[in-house]
Order: sequence, then structure tokens, then C-alpha cells
Amino acid sequence: MGAREPAARSDARHLRRRALNVVMTAVSFLCVLLALIPLVSVFAYILGQGAQAINLDFFLHLPKPVGEAGGGMANAIVGTLELVALACLVGLPFGILGGIFLAEYADSPLARTVRFTADVLSGVPSIVVGVFVFAMVVRPMKSFSAIAGGVALAILMIPTVMRTTEELMRLVPGSLREAALALGVPKWRTILLVVLQNARGGIVMGIMLAIARIAGETAPLLFTALGNRFWSVTLHEPIASLPVQIFTYAISPYEDWHRQAWAGALVLVFMVLVLNVIARTAIRARAGSAR
Amino acid sequence: MQEPARLTDPAPESAPPTSVPAWTRPRRRVGDAVFKGLVGGFALAVVVLGLAMAWELLQASMPSIRAFGWKFLWTSTWDPVQEVYGALPFIYGTLVSSLLALLIAVPLALGIASFLSELAGGTLSRILGFLVELLAAVPSVIYGLWGIFVLAPLLREGPQAWLAQHLGFLPFFKGPHYGVGMMAAGLILAIMILPTISAICLEVFRAVPRAQREAALALGATRWETTRMAVFSYARSGILGAVILGLGRALGETMAVTMLIGNRPEVSASLFAPGYTMASVLANEFAEASGDLYISALIEVGLVLFGLTILLNIVARWLVWRTVGRFGGTPAA
Repeated sequence: MGAREPAARSDARHLRRRALNVVMTAVSFLCVLLALIPLVSVFAYILGQGAQAINLDFFLHLPKPVGEAGGGMANAIVGTLELVALACLVGLPFGILGGIFLAEYADSPLARTVRFTADVLSGVPSIVVGVFVFAMVVRPMKSFSAIAGGVALAILMIPTVMRTTEELMRLVPGSLREAALALGVPKWRTILLVVLQNARGGIVMGIMLAIARIAGETAPLLFTALGNRFWSVTLHEPIASLPVQIFTYAISPYEDWHRQAWAGALVLVFMVLVLNVIARTAIRARAGSAR
Repeated sequence: MQEPARLTDPAPESAPPTSVPAWTRPRRRVGDAVFKGLVGGFALAVVVLGLAMAWELLQASMPSIRAFGWKFLWTSTWDPVQEVYGALPFIYGTLVSSLLALLIAVPLALGIASFLSELAGGTLSRILGFLVELLAAVPSVIYGLWGIFVLAPLLREGPQAWLAQHLGFLPFFKGPHYGVGMMAAGLILAIMILPTISAICLEVFRAVPRAQREAALALGATRWETTRMAVFSYARSGILGAVILGLGRALGETMAVTMLIGNRPEVSASLFAPGYTMASVLANEFAEASGDLYISALIEVGLVLFGLTILLNIVARWLVWRTVGRFGGTPAA
């Protein structure tokens, strides 16, 4: 903290400045602590309430009608997995291949436009994406469906996957590309076999991060996948998902459903956080070592 | 998505050098061109997607635009039975809850970012930064759940009761306090946008050259004075960009707000009163909307939200880029 100075110079003004320094340091540390309060509280409640409500039935059974005890969210868990898988199927090719273009043909006007659009699109509220998919997919198909939900989630994941792919491919040293090109390997094979191979681990982590984000998305599913109280694995019917189920149960007036909502929250948060923590630490380690 | 058009890109006329076997050159060029066209096509799809989104939302809200014109934005009747729609309560609720969130989140985020970049050492900074980032990983619907059962009762018993008793004469704190309402929505939004704003501020602060700080310290400034003079003022436009990006997030945040704002389409000065936002009216009414004009009016609400967030994002990214981009980095947000 500051330079050591002779005691004679510590007049009132100097003291005031030092005091302000200490106060502001404390204030900024307090800000960090304040931010951690909701985090701790959210996790404490989810663990506390969720652990009480969760049991094997939760994973194996369908929701029961109001008033009947028991039941679970098996259909919603499977539904979420199906929606995420659909989103990956649609979104990943665009995200990864587009990201390759951004990284390797970075200076073309097209790349700059795409990068800009992707950044701006990642700021579009997810509910607006839901409205768009409703107009584009649900209306022509005349039915809420798993496909519509998957497409909505895919649109949400494309910009993130694209930009992380780009960034991680840029971390691959240029000397590797030059070495491959100097050996006479065509550029496209250099990109696929050398650059992409090197960035592969990081890109997978980036994808996990994107999956963690869309797995918890609720708003765009409200009027695309809609939700379903029964089993549904077909693509053209409404399908249940964990976040939507949590929402429905949380705003219901029934004690039983509230408990189920907490149990659902525990499962969802666990899924999302495990993906997040693994991916973030792995990406950080990677980016750190390459720099 | 027109890949074939890009096939003509490379100029084929230059003669291959004699040292390279002639048969390898054209084939390699075709491979490269096909590959570039392929990845370029997938990249281009994002631009097409953005344009399609704008076009489709505009098209689908035409019936409502034709029926109500600009009046849609400043009248406050929302009546599906009479088929009269005005979005003012939603626009008001969205703006007020978001501004409230900024009011709470911005000072906190600045504190966090300056602590992490100026004061904490490497390991501590990484751990705390990671924890703050975790706040962003919690799904919105979970915040809503927590808000309903933990935050709202707490607000009702604690701060709101106190405010009503001591400052009840102010228009902001009038009326019954349910816990659920504008204040709860603002608070939950603040928690949710805090990681966004602080992460971008942190990135902007780290882009400030060391020499700036060293100069201030060498002149005898304390840590805080250095932060204020050398870091904050240098990073001003980046901070503004972070705030605007946070605002964009807050405007579009749906689930937690829907669960906490009370969902009543009225304009009230009181922060205790329930309100409604553009995102939550979509969440609540879209799936059940019947009648073309009703759906069209809702889609127009979506269009307004889309336009607003796009605009904010463009401005914000430009501001952040001005600060971070000066040193050749690409802003990752």
C-alpha cells in the first residue's frame, strides 16, 4: 500500500487520503462479499429444500395429478436431454464450422460481419428467440413440438459456440500451421487435422458451457416445446422439460408441487453446475498455458 | 448459404512453379476453395438468421402495427376481449425494473471489478472471480424459485415494512407491500446482471496499461487514487459499455422477473406495487393467445424488445471495443 514516507509529512491531508484509501479498499471487498450472499443463499436453499424432496421416484415416475402424493419428473428429465440433443444436432455444425471460418479467414469482410452479428445475436433475449421460432416453426407446423424447442435452443447456442471455437483455434500457435503448410499439406487439411485437432479439447469444453446455458433455458420453451404431463419422445409433439416443469410447479399454489419444484431445481442446478465448473476450469487452464 | 458462389474466388491463372509437380496444384486449390465455401456458408447462415429474425418479427407484427400504429407504444389498455392493445405498462415496467437493477448492480460491479483487478492477488482474484461468474450460471427459473420462496418473504418482512413505516409518505413506498412487485424484480435482476457487468469491467480494467498505474503511484497517489484517476477514467467508455450490456440483459430477462414482478399491467410510481414487463407478458400470454390480432400484438411486443436490445448491444460493444480493442485484443463478452 503506497510508499513509505517520513512521519513528518503525515499531516491531516495525508491522513485523510490514507484513510479514504483504506475505506475504499474495504468497500470494494464488501462488494465482493455482498455479491456472494445470494450465491450462497441460493445454493443453501436448493440443497436444503431439494434434498428433502428428492427420492428415487423423482427420477422414475411421471408427475401425479394435484393432491396425489409422490410422482416425479422422469418425463421432464428425458425431455430436457432430448431437447438439448436436438439443439446440438442443429446448432453445432453451424457453430463449429462458422467458428473455423472466423478463426482462419479472420480478415475478410464476411468474417467481420459474421462476428459482429453473432455478438449482437447473443444479446437477443431468449424469449424473443422463442417468438421468432413460434412464427417460423410452430405456426407452419400448426403444433407446439420438440423440434421447435430444439431449434430455439440451437439458435441460442450458435453464437456462443461460434465465438469460443474461434477463440480457441486462435490460441493454436501459428508455427504449427506454417509447419504443416511448409510440408505441402493443403490449407483445408491443415485446418482440420492440425489446428482443429489442437483446439479440440477446448472446443469441447466450450460446447459444454453452451449446453449448460441452454439446459436451464425456460423462456424460449414456453411456447415452442410447451410442456407435457405425459411421456413424449416423438419430435412433432409438445414435450416436457425440467425448467418449464419447475416454473409451472413453482407458481402453482400446491405445497406438494413446490416440493417437486425444489427437487427439480436441485437436479437442474447440479447438471448445469457440473458442466460449468468442468468446462470453465479446463478452458482456463488451456488458455493460460497457451498464452 | 450460397457456397457455390465462393468457388470462383482464387485466381487460377498463375503458372505453377516447376519444382512442384503440376498435378498437385489445381486439386489443392479446389479443396481449399470448397472448404472455404463450406465454412463460409455456415458462418454466413448466422447473418441470414439475424436478418430472418428481424424480417419475421416485423412481418408477424404488421397486423398490430397497422391497427394501432405508434399509439401501441404509449397507450395502456391491454384488453384481449375488446381487441385493444397498448404496451405502455409493459414498456414502463421493463424500463423501471431494469433501471432499478442497474442502480443496485453498477456500484457493486465496479467495486467487485476494482477489487479483483487492483487489490486482490492472482489466486484470490481467480477464486472470487470464478464464484461471481457462477452467479451467471444459475438458470433464470431457479432465481425465480428462490425469489418466490426466499427473497419475497424476506423483503416483505424486512426492508419493505421498514420503508413503509419510515418513508411511507414518498410515492415510491406507498401502498400495501406484498414482497412480490417491482422492487423484488429489480433486486433479482440486479443479482442476475451483476456477473455480466463485473466480468466486462474486469476485462476493461485489465486492458488499462500498467504504465498508467505506475505513473500515478510514482506521483504519490494512494491505491484508491490510482484506481480512480488512472483506471476508472481511462476505462470510462468501457465501463459505460458494460453497463449498457447489463441493461440489455436486464431488459430481456424473463423467468425470474415473471415469477417476482406480480404481473399486473398497470403504471404505478410505487416500488411495492406489482408491475409487468415485455418479456413476462410474452411468457404468460403467448401460449394461450387466441385471435390473430392478439398474437400479432404480442409479437410486436417482442419486436420492440428485439429492436431495443439489438440497439443497446451495438452501442455497448462499440464502447467496450474502443477500450479493450486499443491494444489489439478482441473483446470476449
